[in-house]
Amino acid sequence: MELFNNLIFGFAVALSWQNLLYCMIGVSVGTLIGVLPGIGPLATIAMLLPITFNVAPVGALIMLAGIYYGAQYGGSTTAILVNLPGETSAVVTCIDGYQMARQGRAGPALAIAAIGSFFAGTVGTLLIAVAGPPLAELALKFGAPEYFSLMLMGLVAAAVLAQGDMIKSLAMVAMGLLLGIVGTDVNTGVQRFSFGITELSDGIGFIVVAVGVFAVGEIVANLGDPEERRVFTEKVNNLMPSWNDLKQSIMPIIRGTAIGSFFGVLPGTGPAIASFASYMVEKKVAKDPSRFGKGAIEGVAGPESANNADAQCKFIPMLTLGLPASGVMALMLGALTIQGIQPGPDVMTTRPELFWGLIASMWIGNALLVVLNLPMIGIWVKLLKVPYRLLFPAIMAFSAVGIYSVNTSSFEIYLTALFGVIGFIWIKLGCSPAPMLLGFVLGPMMEEHLRRAMLMSKGDPSVFVTRPISLGFMIVTALILVVMIAPAVRRRRVDIAG
Amino acid sequence: MQFEFRNNRDVWAGAMLIATGAVAIFMARNYAMGTTLRMGPGYFPTVLGGLLIVAGLYLAVMGLRRNEKIGGSWSLRALIILPLSLVLFGLLMEHAGFIPALLVLTFGSTIATTESRPLEAMLLSVGLTAFCVALFIYGLGLPYPLLASW
Repeated sequence: MELFNNLIFGFAVALSWQNLLYCMIGVSVGTLIGVLPGIGPLATIAMLLPITFNVAPVGALIMLAGIYYGAQYGGSTTAILVNLPGETSAVVTCIDGYQMARQGRAGPALAIAAIGSFFAGTVGTLLIAVAGPPLAELALKFGAPEYFSLMLMGLVAAAVLAQGDMIKSLAMVAMGLLLGIVGTDVNTGVQRFSFGITELSDGIGFIVVAVGVFAVGEIVANLGDPEERRVFTEKVNNLMPSWNDLKQSIMPIIRGTAIGSFFGVLPGTGPAIASFASYMVEKKVAKDPSRFGKGAIEGVAGPESANNADAQCKFIPMLTLGLPASGVMALMLGALTIQGIQPGPDVMTTRPELFWGLIASMWIGNALLVVLNLPMIGIWVKLLKVPYRLLFPAIMAFSAVGIYSVNTSSFEIYLTALFGVIGFIWIKLGCSPAPMLLGFVLGPMMEEHLRRAMLMSKGDPSVFVTRPISLGFMIVTALILVVMIAPAVRRRRVDIAG
Repeated sequence: MQFEFRNNRDVWAGAMLIATGAVAIFMARNYAMGTTLRMGPGYFPTVLGGLLIVAGLYLAVMGLRRNEKIGGSWSLRALIILPLSLVLFGLLMEHAGFIPALLVLTFGSTIATTESRPLEAMLLSVGLTAFCVALFIYGLGLPYPLLASW
């Protein structure tokens, strides 16, 4: 049992007191920002990335991962108690979760959300452990054409499945690719789009874009449209779900986990899509669909499991291929690179403690989160009462110090301010910045692989369809596009989004 | 039917994309295009710029048909004050040190919202600055002077 031995090794790494502490810090911070609307894991991880410079790679990764999946737990609390999504992935949970709270059943709703998330987290963790090694082996066979096709698939999936206008999302991906080009061309040494500014010859820093758009830009947008935050339930008592609740939730949790795992492995899709899909499925299979929207527990159990399964499975492409499937994963890769680890399929063999330690810590983290989110729910409810006007100056201060400390460069601060303004304009024009970020991350890699593939094939583009693995990715890409452009699905998409 | 351009969301989104694409192509004309076999540094940006222009044109036309408005307020106060405080932070970090830079940044942030209260803003910025000094300078040992001479 190699898997078993590897997992024991992983637990040995994750249970060292430092790593346990990092895991604890990670999931607590994650829950905190998950509960608070207006700040997401992406901005938080970008802000805290510089702090991890002094931490060992395993600890850093464990902590950052904890923030990410912890936020999925925290997001549901706000959705259920305040009818506001603490995270975008919890949008669907608002529908039935808040209704349950209004009927005095906030306790069971919170409990089922946590239980579902825990189950999904456990399955997701196991999935990474089982699927990771063979995938990494397969990835070693990848050449430039395969990588290019895979990234293309991810970007198309990201654009097509993102909420809102598909053309806008595709354009934002192109925008990100373009921003990624800024700097010195690796092949020729030519300066591209650097406007003669020396600081730009190394390209625009990923953290600068992430914090600029997702922290500063978001804050400006939030200040323009203040939201009312009313905590519905002062005290949550009776957390225990009834036997009936549990029976009703078992199948939705299992289905949600499956849906979330599927979307999780697909690069480019966020947890919000998985939870939307799960909600639609639950409504379809329910005996009495009219209960949905009026406090159906399945509407909490399914989506909450789905978004956590998705969050866990996003780590699969990152750990096995070295490919970021989302903006958060790009930050994780950034954290590894800063530590001097070249992400890719061989990380698993060269740094086993990183892979198995992280997996084990995820399971521990999920268990910690159940404790953090159920018995200690009162603390988070109190935090919800902290008004936004006291919160965002802290975000600004942390962002600024974080960015400055990466390169001790004021220029990057100015650039962040600029991206804050640009990001705000994008948000206002309904152009979602999430696909842009993915394009930005993948841009340089994609161009590099495209050029290499063309050199390999002597300029023959058929190389992408004559190599079997690459052909597979191309077929999936085409399928995604065809399915989404088909009118019937388009109508359904509107339903889901609306 | 009368069109209101000033607030038409998708027309502006389209215009933004077209402008970006045009700038990209214009700047990329100085970079060698190369051939499909040996792509020059100009190849990828030119293709992307073209894509942006096409998408932008489509959006602008759709915008005229859909006529959707830009929602919410422009929060001009925050839009000006927040980036400005960041720029001041950058300047002061280089010339005046960690404490003045953070004081200005946090105070600037607190007054960026219309709900801001003067006393609260002052207390919050002092408190946050103290916290950051404790965490980043003493806790994490970042090597920045608390107060620099000009």
